[in-house]
Amino acid sequence: MAKTLGPVKRKFSPWMDPAAEPFIRFENITKRFGTFTAVDNLTLDIYEREFFSLLGPSGCGKTTLMRMLAGFEEPTEGRILLQGKDISNVPPYKRPTNMMFQSYALFPHMTVEKNIAFGLEQDKLSKGEIAGRVEEMLKLVKLEQFAKRKPNQLSGGQRQRVALARSLAKRPKVLLLDEPLGALDKKLREETQFELMDIQHSLGLTFLIVTHDQEEAMTVSDRIAVMDKGVIVQVATPAEIYEAPNSRYVADFIGDINIVEAAVKETRSALGAPGLVELDSKGLSLAVEQECAAVRGDTVAFAIRPEKVRISADPPLDRSVNAVHGEVWDIGYLGDFSVFIVKLEDGRVMRAAQANVSRLVDRPITFGDMVWLTWPVEAGLVLTR
Amino acid sequence: MAASSDTAPKTNAKTTGDDGGHSAGLSRWLVVAIPYLWLAIFFVAPFLIIFKISLSDTAIAIPPYTPVFEGFGAIGDFVSQLDFENYVFLTDDPLYIEAYISSLKIALVSTVLLLIVGYPMALAMARASSTIRPTLVMLVILPFWTSFLIRVYAWIGILKPDGLLTLLLHAIGLMGPDDQVQIFRTDTAVYIGMVYSYLPFMVLPLYSALEKMDHSLIEAANDLGCPPWKAFWKITFPLSLPGVIAGSMICFIPITGEFVIPDLLGGADTLMIGKTLWTEFFGNRDWPLASAVAVVLLVLLVVPIMVFQNQQKKVA
Repeated sequence: MAKTLGPVKRKFSPWMDPAAEPFIRFENITKRFGTFTAVDNLTLDIYEREFFSLLGPSGCGKTTLMRMLAGFEEPTEGRILLQGKDISNVPPYKRPTNMMFQSYALFPHMTVEKNIAFGLEQDKLSKGEIAGRVEEMLKLVKLEQFAKRKPNQLSGGQRQRVALARSLAKRPKVLLLDEPLGALDKKLREETQFELMDIQHSLGLTFLIVTHDQEEAMTVSDRIAVMDKGVIVQVATPAEIYEAPNSRYVADFIGDINIVEAAVKETRSALGAPGLVELDSKGLSLAVEQECAAVRGDTVAFAIRPEKVRISADPPLDRSVNAVHGEVWDIGYLGDFSVFIVKLEDGRVMRAAQANVSRLVDRPITFGDMVWLTWPVEAGLVLTR
Repeated sequence: MAASSDTAPKTNAKTTGDDGGHSAGLSRWLVVAIPYLWLAIFFVAPFLIIFKISLSDTAIAIPPYTPVFEGFGAIGDFVSQLDFENYVFLTDDPLYIEAYISSLKIALVSTVLLLIVGYPMALAMARASSTIRPTLVMLVILPFWTSFLIRVYAWIGILKPDGLLTLLLHAIGLMGPDDQVQIFRTDTAVYIGMVYSYLPFMVLPLYSALEKMDHSLIEAANDLGCPPWKAFWKITFPLSLPGVIAGSMICFIPITGEFVIPDLLGGADTLMIGKTLWTEFFGNRDWPLASAVAVVLLVLLVVPIMVFQNQQKKVA
């Protein structure tokens, strides 16, 4: 549990406002390394005070995109605008961005204090001003007692804080975080995620974070861009990404999901007009209430998250829900959740997750039981891409 | 339950501790002893012999000094004949002091020149793509394939008045046809020889220090507003100091006692202690005085060696 709560968070969605000016704009950015295209004609707007995540597997181009914003790589084509000004040709040491490196890149020959002061010294601030700012930063990351230590005398978590303090000390317009929590253990990572959010919120900065950890992206971000092979597949809020992924790739990348191929049998839905879509997946009839452009006969994917599937020994009474019958093949007990792997009658496998709301050591449903999996029509998803 | 879990690891530790403890200790002792034995046989013993000779007097005999150790029976007589008069002589004749100072000066200037030439090379090697780095290291080591003596000798062919350098300068018109380069048999030729010969010993430690440096440190410095040239002095150079010190020591120490390069390339007035030593030993056949020169040289070099040792300890 968080020790202290930051200020209460307000709903924040400047991207919904057509009049809002983007703070950072990647305009048709392409980056090629030799014959390899790392980023492919990508356009993206990020707004002021946004906590924005670039999420994707390694090699998807997310780090290259961030490094182009920091100035370490030059775009092969396209422009990067910061507050409307083209910064594509500005060298990294003149950009109002600061980066927190994945390796932290702390200067090993300098004390914590000196590391944090480094950026300020480059700006030729007065000694008193530097000392004041360093102190403020040390307080922010709770490292006051460690000011005189060298980086190799600190723990991983402390080093991470020094790196954060150093990158924040210059009060950059945009803070870039490259896998900032990757080297921390799970518990510390979760704690730090909330601290990062508090710091971002209280300083009112724009944060751009690169991560391959979907949970991290979900927790901290206002919006997430899911990337694959140099292009953005979807940009949306964490909830949209999770509940309404626009493609198989996004659905599969974020969280756990059951996906089966299906054909559209009947549809009463079109773009802008949600309606019931009936699907047939190898003899299995499925129904989804959704806005969907697919027409009769199209091959689509049907997807449903395990936690939205109800598992029960009794057949459903309500005829309107989707129901499949199968045998419990395996159970993964996670403490808060149990995941049931169910082998359907046609041999396919489906996962259902159930919150363990009661304190029972012996669960009523066990290996080999015949069970019904049910879900309402709003729970599933039709993915056309 | 707590008690049983407490005792279990203890008994485990005991059995593993007893197992093979002796053989491990013996092999560890051997590993430590071998280099020390080596040092004792090939450094301490010869040094003691040299030191003894330095306390002796010259004699027209074989060996050319007295007293000669003739068994433990006459040991009192033997020791009574030893004295420090050779060392006193070294301080009396300004030639020796000048030779020492000149050696240290040449070694110092050469080391600085080596750093100036070697650092950019090492930096370029460290920043080169990892695919060509092994090749570059190979190229640095390549001169060792040929004898050191021959390589220094080759410089005579380049530097002598009618040598290759003169021919080249004539060919490209930088020098009139009647002029000749006057480098051979000067201190300049000695410096050229020193820098050429010792360059790998400077480049390799620098390279190994620079190569393991994380490039993101430079990026971090740039990112924080530090332009590249400034980042070099603030980050790269301080972090390469262990390499700078190692390379400097590895060059400075042998250059101080260098004999071949000043002998082949230097002039009659190039004063170096190695040459003086050679003259005393082979020219004057004054083994005791030559030994005294060698002992003093060693003592002089103990200081930089200790600095080096200290630095190595700090790095570890």
